[in-house]
Amino acid sequence: VKCRKCGGPAALELRRHNAAFCATDFMEFFRNQVREAIRKHRMFTRDERVLVAVSGGKDSLALWDVLLDEGYDTTGLYLDLGIFDYSVESHAKCEAFAARRGARLIVSRVADEVGGPVPVIKQVTRRPPCSGCGLSKRYLMNRVALEHGLPVVATGHNLDDEAATLFGSVMHWQMDALPRQSPALASTHPKLVRRVKPLYRLSERETAAYAFVRKIDYIVEECPFAKGATSIAHKQILDRMEDASPGAKHNFLFGFLEKARPAFQRAEAVVLQECVRCGQVTTGTVCAFCKLADQVKRAAVGAAPASER
Amino acid sequence: VSVKVVLRNPRREVEVAGNRRVKEVLRELDILPETVLVIRGDDLVTADQLLRDDDTIELRPVMSGGSASRSTSDVRGEPVKERA
Repeated sequence: VKCRKCGGPAALELRRHNAAFCATDFMEFFRNQVREAIRKHRMFTRDERVLVAVSGGKDSLALWDVLLDEGYDTTGLYLDLGIFDYSVESHAKCEAFAARRGARLIVSRVADEVGGPVPVIKQVTRRPPCSGCGLSKRYLMNRVALEHGLPVVATGHNLDDEAATLFGSVMHWQMDALPRQSPALASTHPKLVRRVKPLYRLSERETAAYAFVRKIDYIVEECPFAKGATSIAHKQILDRMEDASPGAKHNFLFGFLEKARPAFQRAEAVVLQECVRCGQVTTGTVCAFCKLADQVKRAAVGAAPASER
Repeated sequence: VSVKVVLRNPRREVEVAGNRRVKEVLRELDILPETVLVIRGDDLVTADQLLRDDDTIELRPVMSGGSASRSTSDVRGEPVKERA
């Protein structure tokens, strides 16, 4: 197989584009896709400071790498979930990347903010670990951005992530989730920052290849809680559809964004107010994060020996 | 002599017969080509590349926190509880 651009030996075939690239020309393809995403959805400008949420995985570090190379003013945010060795290692990868690139990294510990790390949240709530983990991450990303005066948070969600989320939402007809699925969500409240996904046009395989070619040291091991997660089951189903019909994921996601999404948008907008406890945005009186933190702290008090209460 | 294949999550090694193309090895291992990067040394290689008998390749899953998808069914979804 030959590179579409230079005719040299190809390093990567992109079946959904019916194309192949050598490593050098693939880098340019990748950067162009990110540029197109930022431009098309007006994700951020060169004058804006961008908070890049990094996990130590290939997607978020690849995203940070591209944005740094493109000259954007970025700050990294690592949320320490407290998931045993997995978090220790992923934190180290983020610190090493930031040091190598001379970039600023903010670290926030879920255990400090919620009262316990993700494994404790899982025990206390008796819900799938991804549930409390996702809630905590979304909340902390927004709050850290506000605290540091950054108007936008960028995450490393790729085409496969977005297609799998859409698949899950459609399977359960989650009418509230469908209109919210977008590569860019505008700030609809002074205390809600813009959220953008500049890698939504790139597949998981493409971000992995980018990270490999750029020699980015990322964590390949899986999150110990990922096993059995519904999102992974959905990805595996979509992988088989993609194998049978290249471009299936792309058509599913882009068809939704271009044609179907407007039909799910509701006439009445959700009313946002400020949580009476923490002041962050919520649709209720006390936000879901504060309720979660209460639940975890109560459990911690209940579990402590009587002498410490 | 054979091709050494490094698999991840969990990390393990298998040996397969060489002198054939990457895609034939992937088929033998029941791995969907689009779910892995094929790495030989410092390079990515495409599915049509010929593997020699003393090659070592790594098949690195591309799914965030996952392993390579198989072509056969091993998918289990968790039942979704209805909210009261």
